[in-house]
Amino acid sequence: MVELFVKDKRLQLLGLIIIFFILCSIITPSEQNILWRFPALIAQLPILINEFVDYLMFEFMPIEIFDPEIEEYEEKPLFKEITRAIARGILFSIDLIREILLGGVKTIVTFTSWDFVSENKWAYWPALPWTVVSGIAIFIGYTLKGSSLAILVCFSSVYIAVFGQWEPAMETLSFVLIAAPISFLLGLGLGVLGYKNKNVEIALNPILNIAQTMPHFSYLVPVMVFFGVGDHAGAIATIIFATPPMVRLTILGLKNVPIEISEAGMMSGCSNFQLLFRVLIPSARRDILIGINQVIMQCLAMAVIASFIGAKGLGFNLLLALNQLRIGQALELGICIVLIAVSLDKLSLAWANKQKNYFANKSFFHRHKYILIIIFILILGSIVAYLGNFIFRDTYNYLYLIPHNKGITTENFWQAGVDWIWDTFFFKLKVFNEFLIISVLMPMKQAYLSMPIVATFVLVMGVGYIVGGIKSALIVGGFLLFIALTEWYDRALITAYMTTFGVIVSAIIGITVGSLCAQHQLSTKIILLVCDTFQTFPSFIYLIPVIMLFGVTDTSVLIAVIVYATIPATRYTVEGIRSVPESLHDAALMSGVNRIQRWLKIDLPLAFPHMMLGVNQTVVFALFMVIIGAMIGTDDLGQYILKALSDKNGTGNGLVLGLCVAFIGLAVDHLIRTWAAERKKILGL
Amino acid sequence: MPKKDHILKKRNPVIECHSVYKIFGDNAEKMLKNVDGNVDPKLFQEAGCVVGVNNASFEVYDGEMLVIMGLSGSGKSTLLRCVSRLTEATSGNIFVNGQDLLSMKNRELIELRRNKMGMVFQSFALLPHKTVLENIAFPLQIKGQSTKDSINKAFEMVELVGLDGRENYFPRQLSGGQQQRVGIARSLAVEPDIWFLDEPFSALDPLIRKEMQDEFLRLQGVLSKTILFVTHDFDEALRLADRIAIMKDGVIEQLDTPANIVLNPATEYVRKFTEEVPREKVLKIETVMDPVDDTESLSDLRVLRDAIIETVAEEVLNEKQPVQVVDNDNKLVGMVKPSKVIHILFGKTTSIAQSSASNK
Repeated sequence: MVELFVKDKRLQLLGLIIIFFILCSIITPSEQNILWRFPALIAQLPILINEFVDYLMFEFMPIEIFDPEIEEYEEKPLFKEITRAIARGILFSIDLIREILLGGVKTIVTFTSWDFVSENKWAYWPALPWTVVSGIAIFIGYTLKGSSLAILVCFSSVYIAVFGQWEPAMETLSFVLIAAPISFLLGLGLGVLGYKNKNVEIALNPILNIAQTMPHFSYLVPVMVFFGVGDHAGAIATIIFATPPMVRLTILGLKNVPIEISEAGMMSGCSNFQLLFRVLIPSARRDILIGINQVIMQCLAMAVIASFIGAKGLGFNLLLALNQLRIGQALELGICIVLIAVSLDKLSLAWANKQKNYFANKSFFHRHKYILIIIFILILGSIVAYLGNFIFRDTYNYLYLIPHNKGITTENFWQAGVDWIWDTFFFKLKVFNEFLIISVLMPMKQAYLSMPIVATFVLVMGVGYIVGGIKSALIVGGFLLFIALTEWYDRALITAYMTTFGVIVSAIIGITVGSLCAQHQLSTKIILLVCDTFQTFPSFIYLIPVIMLFGVTDTSVLIAVIVYATIPATRYTVEGIRSVPESLHDAALMSGVNRIQRWLKIDLPLAFPHMMLGVNQTVVFALFMVIIGAMIGTDDLGQYILKALSDKNGTGNGLVLGLCVAFIGLAVDHLIRTWAAERKKILGL
Repeated sequence: MPKKDHILKKRNPVIECHSVYKIFGDNAEKMLKNVDGNVDPKLFQEAGCVVGVNNASFEVYDGEMLVIMGLSGSGKSTLLRCVSRLTEATSGNIFVNGQDLLSMKNRELIELRRNKMGMVFQSFALLPHKTVLENIAFPLQIKGQSTKDSINKAFEMVELVGLDGRENYFPRQLSGGQQQRVGIARSLAVEPDIWFLDEPFSALDPLIRKEMQDEFLRLQGVLSKTILFVTHDFDEALRLADRIAIMKDGVIEQLDTPANIVLNPATEYVRKFTEEVPREKVLKIETVMDPVDDTESLSDLRVLRDAIIETVAEEVLNEKQPVQVVDNDNKLVGMVKPSKVIHILFGKTTSIAQSSASNK
């Protein structure tokens, strides 16, 4: 009997659950009972962090700096000077691009002064007409990949212009054009270092883990403290968020380069530098290109969140529209963001895949054709914009810059649609909504909140032990302990409950849809395309339609969570099932199984480890969405992170809360990964 | 390969290896010092070390093709990588053109590789993002040649390996044989003196492999490089090699000409390889040649002393009298009796070895 128990993990799990429930029933809920809730021993941690940050920013290593205003040397803390210098540099770059696109005086001011600008009226950098910017973008698209890309870029820019979002779109673009390349280079650099040096990789790993699972919001406060408020702060927060996947993919890509290719490079006489840039990185391009795609997507996903700390552009307007519940406008803005994201992604991809032609006929025109055509577009666009002055004498010059919100809009149509849905389905939706909240969500929340801490520990660490032995038990126990010792344990439980609910529903939907779609070649292609498309949407977009339908409730958040988190579950299921070897299917067919049996007996068991990795992604996605859901009102950790944003001393709170969320994610991540790795080894995959 | 082995000894060695060891593991160097060169693989394995190459010494002469033959795990590729210094030998000396390879600085090593060495890989190792032309031009561009020159040179190489019309294909668009042609062209683009080939035809299917071997012999006939060729295929080694080094567990078991290996296998291990080899495909006429005996009348047919027996067997057997054997200058050096050829073709292998040994 004992032997059986040691061997059979299912029995162990059953035993664990029984112990868990016994513990739940015998421990009395009381604040004094240490078995019920641990005291908030590290409640001081946020304050300590705040004090440390203050020290760093205002007292650490004062240095003498000459202040030209008062013409004297002044003592200033080193760290603050460094961060401010970085901030100025980034802000300058953003403004430079922004003024090329939209016109302005800030760049000129940087080199002269405000007085100079106000005295000399000519000192104003004129904006490029939108036709010129679009024309050049379309031309670049055409040269890189031909008419398909040109049409996409054309559609995007015309859409943006016609809907009167040109100015915010260019603001967002200028911000992305700085943040994305910096993230790319930083990620590539760190990735290369990690590849070259094992110790660097080991050191990077936990940092990347936490950076990728911390909710976006919790970065914002520290960034704000260190770098101030504005576009540059938004850009920095974006860079912090967009770099980790790039680092990961760079390391992965470089490691996957076959050893013989790097040997071939060495035997060709490459120096270390040549080997890296001409052999290894180009050979790892598949993964690195995915990295670029990730960077661009993250940048645009952050467009909304960065607007919390002063980034201008589409994100800011989208946030405003959401707050005012102007669904139509939010939708238009959301589509703008998606279009920019897709266009930039495709452009960068095409650029990286661009081929050289050694057989070109090299006449003067050919050698300089790009620059000549761009000059031509510039002149033509300017003439058209000038003519526009006469055509639109009484209104805005639509051929030069379309002022914000002066384009056409479909807002009324959407608003009418929302109203219609409300009028028609209000009752049914309300019934569904109330049923869900009262019969499912509230009891579930109550159940989570009534788990004694000791029982939770036994359950979590027990699962850890069954999955991965003592080591795993200690790791997940450590994560849980941190959360348990903060003062937000109950909030974390609520986050956990919402995530659990979202993940269960997402996983069921994802695995079902994925399994069905994986049965045919065509449906596989379609579903993967759908997943790709949905993944390009910044997470905020998902809130728009659900608020339309369910108003500002928990249901809205959860449905957004489910929609968002179903993507990875579906994708991994499809991939997992499609990767089951064809020969196994043939073998099964010859044994006379039918479709259902094949799915149950062959596809599912073999694809299960991969599907679990999908569930792992689902958990991370769901956590993010739950936290973002705080925007429309929940009472979990997200709410507190949002509060920390508006708090002067929010740094510590924001970081610790962020860590709590990250640790929930990491604990699940660790369990699933360990399990899947073990399982894949057994199955020989 | 006509008449090489007897003049090889007079040539300069291009590659010399003296007691080369390669042992993988953390404190391999220390352990090797302690045992003073007498490596017991079991002892090393217990200490967490793996013996790759165990006391290998050999020379490769100018214009010679030395084939290193061994099964997987025998250390043949490791030995090749030591000689090209893709891995650092744990101990020993390697000289290339008289220069001490192992004490070279990085700079010198790069120079050497850029100008003197070329290498072909089992998995082709083409750069996936470059076209055929760009792949071949790559080593030249690395050297700093202009795009125009390197591309022109690459065009020549494309013609040499017979890939005309596919210059702008990507590796993924080519078949395995075509990819390896690109690999060969790339390794030859810098006109190296020393050519390393690491199982270049192992990943190809048998028909293509045969075709590529012929192509390779044709190229070598034109180029006469000094070659170190690694293979696990004994037939391939016999077909191509001037001399063969047979490796097992990191040790070179025997190093000799194909004929001698087939006739006098040094160890039981080598003998197993040679058992199934048809003698007539390996042995030359000279191994069954008798000194000219004035009492016997010879037929008018003349065969070269270097001719492989199989290629002339039918002609010789059609003659009633012994056939004249001549050298490359058409000078009579001996005669061969049809009965000896019959013995090679149909006789027992052991007795052949004895009889040709007694011939020497």
